[in-house]
Amino acid sequence: MSSTAETIQPKAGAVSGASASLWMRQITAIMRLELKKNFFGKRSFLIYLLALMPIGLLLLVALVQPSDKDWSDFASLPKIFSVIYNGMILRTVIFFGCAWIFMNLFRGEIVDRSLHYYFLSSVRREVLVAGKYISGLVTSVILFSAVTIASMLLLFFPHFFSASARFFSDGAGLSQLFTYVLITVLACIGYGAFFLVVGLFFRNPIIPALLLYGWEWINFLLPPLLKKISVIHYLNSLVPVPISEGPFAVVAEPTPAWIAVPGLVIVTALVLILAGTRIRRMEIRYGSE
Amino acid sequence: MSASENTIVFENVSKFYGEILGVNRVTLDIPAGITSLVGPNGAGKTTLMNLMTGLLRPTRGRVTVLGIPTDQPDRLFRKVGYCSQFDSFPRGLTGREFIRSFLMVSGFTKKEADELTESALDRVELMPAADRKIGAYSKGMRQRVRLAQSIAHQPSVLILDEPLNGLDPMVRAETIALFKQLAAEGLHLIISSHILHEVDMMSDRVVLLNNGYVVAEGAVHGVRDEMDVEHPMQILIRCDQPSSLAARLFQNDELVEARVHDDRHGLFVKTRNPDRFYLLLNEVVANEQLNIESIAPVDDDLSAVYEYLIGDQ
Repeated sequence: MSSTAETIQPKAGAVSGASASLWMRQITAIMRLELKKNFFGKRSFLIYLLALMPIGLLLLVALVQPSDKDWSDFASLPKIFSVIYNGMILRTVIFFGCAWIFMNLFRGEIVDRSLHYYFLSSVRREVLVAGKYISGLVTSVILFSAVTIASMLLLFFPHFFSASARFFSDGAGLSQLFTYVLITVLACIGYGAFFLVVGLFFRNPIIPALLLYGWEWINFLLPPLLKKISVIHYLNSLVPVPISEGPFAVVAEPTPAWIAVPGLVIVTALVLILAGTRIRRMEIRYGSE
Repeated sequence: MSASENTIVFENVSKFYGEILGVNRVTLDIPAGITSLVGPNGAGKTTLMNLMTGLLRPTRGRVTVLGIPTDQPDRLFRKVGYCSQFDSFPRGLTGREFIRSFLMVSGFTKKEADELTESALDRVELMPAADRKIGAYSKGMRQRVRLAQSIAHQPSVLILDEPLNGLDPMVRAETIALFKQLAAEGLHLIISSHILHEVDMMSDRVVLLNNGYVVAEGAVHGVRDEMDVEHPMQILIRCDQPSSLAARLFQNDELVEARVHDDRHGLFVKTRNPDRFYLLLNEVVANEQLNIESIAPVDDDLSAVYEYLIGDQ
């Protein structure tokens, strides 16, 4: 050991800066660590696999060119995409993708026994929650927005190139694409907060995740009041091309966007406050996990 | 500044894991210098360290480090560094990235973090391996990078859970020298170890733990002195006539036991009052014209204390 190195002097208060700028620096540092893990860690493999599902399927469709009459009619493509987006992208890829990304923000570190390094840093635990949540959000938004955009383009362009070009340049294509991306972002915000909290409260977060999955799927059967206790209801309210939910669906008025968007954000903020409260009391006991 | 702002204070602290006892009714006031926590596995050493760093919350009682409650990590870890026993790391980082990243999480600017990282790596002599992935490190290197990470922000309190584990003898000696130097600089060092002679070499104070209770605390020799009533001190007297010496000494009440050394050139004696015994020995030697080569306490060290207090339980 280098005992001739310069004397270590206690540097109490060495970390300087007003709280807001200090927190921003800390959040940035947390994000730098987490984004690397989220995009390049060994756990990211599953996310890429999920993300490739709709893209792979639509690539296959582009190669096979189905003979079904719906596929030969350009006007039906927006509805087809709405079905694909709702059934596959939103309810499967984004849902499970967010579950994997956000639950692993804390649970993954507990499994890897590396969470204590954060807890032993001079950082408020609420700032840690914020940093981890934002990094999960950035990861999921980048990945799933890309999936949404790629899927929509892959559905339209291989089948009707010039009509699609007109649809996206002069028609409703671009605004629909923008709305789907907005829904994707809101889904990441809402599901992300939920799964982050689940990862903090439950040793085995799969069960609550599956319960939420079931709840979201039966949403169309629920009475109007219960429908509102879900994420999918608010997201469906924003879909640019509504789809039929079948003969058994309980019809409810969609929530206007001016309520759906801030409502989702407010609920997310409340869930994150819960996460902050939880993490303040959290102990590191890897042996019992 | 009150006294508790210079010490680590446990006020009647208990920690239970469900119904399992971690530590019970611990009251301590640890000043600067090197304090070692000693005890068998499960004695509560790591629990005590985790309580000091807020990784665990006490079931009862209160812990403060230099006056800071342990549930305020943003304040606490400006002054505290903890090298835990968890031999795990965030994946995919090099030694340098690991130290720098967590300095930046603590709020240091990139420039500050770079400087502190270099200084810490240099201090534990890990510079040549700094850009290798930690996954490729040996156990000793992983131990050193954890140590570097815990001292990188230049804390005033350094808590080290079995810090000598996995280090080769040369690095062990260097690490002990580093600890002594840090203590000389005014740091609090709290070290847990089960290698008693090393603890003996470096500690100013010891806290002996067993089954979650503090069974003794203080300077090693002070602890030993307090045990004289129940555990007589053993002294080896090297001399040419051990049997004669034993016969003469037995005429006095200060002697509890005497045994001739196997090589017939020494005498083990046990006494409850070493000071009075040494006076008696002076008289006997002067009167009987015995040739004494040396006199040394055999068990005035931590191993003996440990053996007396914990070893036979």
